[in-house]
Amino acid sequence: MQALWDILAENWRDLLAGTWLTVQLVAIAAILGFVLAVPVALARLSRSRLVSGAAAAYSLFFRGTPLLVQFFLIYFGLGQFGLVRASFLWPLLREAYVCALITLTLNTAAYSAEIVRGGILAVPKGEVEAARACGMSRLTAYRLVILPRAFSIVLPAYSNEVIILLKGTALASTITLMELMGQAQFISSNTYQPIQVFTIAGVIYYLLTLVISRIFAVLEKRYNRYIVSAR
Amino acid sequence: MDNVTTYLPLLLQGLRMTLLLAVSTLVVGLALGMLLALAKLSRHAWLSRPVYAVTNFLRGIPEFLILLVIYFGGAQVLGPWGIEVGPFAAGLFALSIVFGAYASETFRAAFQSVPKGQIEAGRAYGFSGWQCFWLIQLPQIWKVAIPGLGNLWQGAVKDTALVSIVGLDDLMRKSNQAAQATREPFTFYFVASLMFLVITLVSMAVIALLERRARRGVPGG
Repeated sequence: MQALWDILAENWRDLLAGTWLTVQLVAIAAILGFVLAVPVALARLSRSRLVSGAAAAYSLFFRGTPLLVQFFLIYFGLGQFGLVRASFLWPLLREAYVCALITLTLNTAAYSAEIVRGGILAVPKGEVEAARACGMSRLTAYRLVILPRAFSIVLPAYSNEVIILLKGTALASTITLMELMGQAQFISSNTYQPIQVFTIAGVIYYLLTLVISRIFAVLEKRYNRYIVSAR
Repeated sequence: MDNVTTYLPLLLQGLRMTLLLAVSTLVVGLALGMLLALAKLSRHAWLSRPVYAVTNFLRGIPEFLILLVIYFGGAQVLGPWGIEVGPFAAGLFALSIVFGAYASETFRAAFQSVPKGQIEAGRAYGFSGWQCFWLIQLPQIWKVAIPGLGNLWQGAVKDTALVSIVGLDDLMRKSNQAAQATREPFTFYFVASLMFLVITLVSMAVIALLERRARRGVPGG
């Protein structure tokens, strides 16, 4: 037990820096992923075979392969193409931080798109018809009725997705990023105390999942207000 | 393309290891999940409470972290006694406890979906507790449990890739070797991902089949 406190006392700065990087990765990828998930979900529901097929293929690829392979494909793989190395984006794509964000965003968006698609399909048909009967165009109906309703329907499922995303960020350490897991590996190889160090990291991850659930509980309360007041 | 054909036998060797680890995880994980579910449903709080706490904790931390604790922690604890924890054993242990933690929730919900009246009826006919479990509850849980267990299987297959990091010679590690030797990382990681996709697609078909089978005799199912 003594060792646990000693490790904390000596390495709390590194652990804090790692936690902060993990939080950044989760927050940015969650927001970008959700923004990307909405058009993908709409594409999945498109009547055009080509559009819905492309969205389905994207979704299948990112949900059907290990996140680790996706990290390696983007971080180590993109440099294989001269075209990528010659492009003005290369200084960005060379960065582990950027690659990690791209991977996590593409991965979480594929899962979230399925959730959003389910949410859009779960909006009662009568509400959509009512919006159209009021003279709203399809676009307006989506903007004012369907998407906001879908948003409140998917919130509980989306909180699980963000927790899965948090666990996925741990793999960013494999592409040299010093997030919480990277720091934990570094400290454990310095102190030769892997069990203690990983236990501390595990507790931090667990606390982060509790924080995420808490944030979503607040969001759910806020966005599902109308359901309570309608009773 | 030439490189891919050259390295294909190596990759297939890795694929075999990946499948072996995934199937072993499924077997151990299902058994562990069932035991944990029964502990959760136990009347004794001293048994169910800690099991809930541990499985909730395990579900809240990264699989990668669990793997590293077991691999490096195993060396820390067992090393002094001369026992070596290999990547396969560590991977199987880590993936199985993750699988078991999630499966215990799936099984618990499935057991609770069987109406109590049926068990009471079984007892009234003179079935023992074991007979009620084996003949009444167990056949009925699958129709609720299979979709969830199917997702866990898909997750386990993908999680095997992590074990390559502690040195298991699986598909992922073989792809790393091929990628480094040929300097064509994209090609080989892409081939590896296609192999994982094939496993995913075949699994989806098998799970759909099992689901249909488990729903036999359910009206409208």
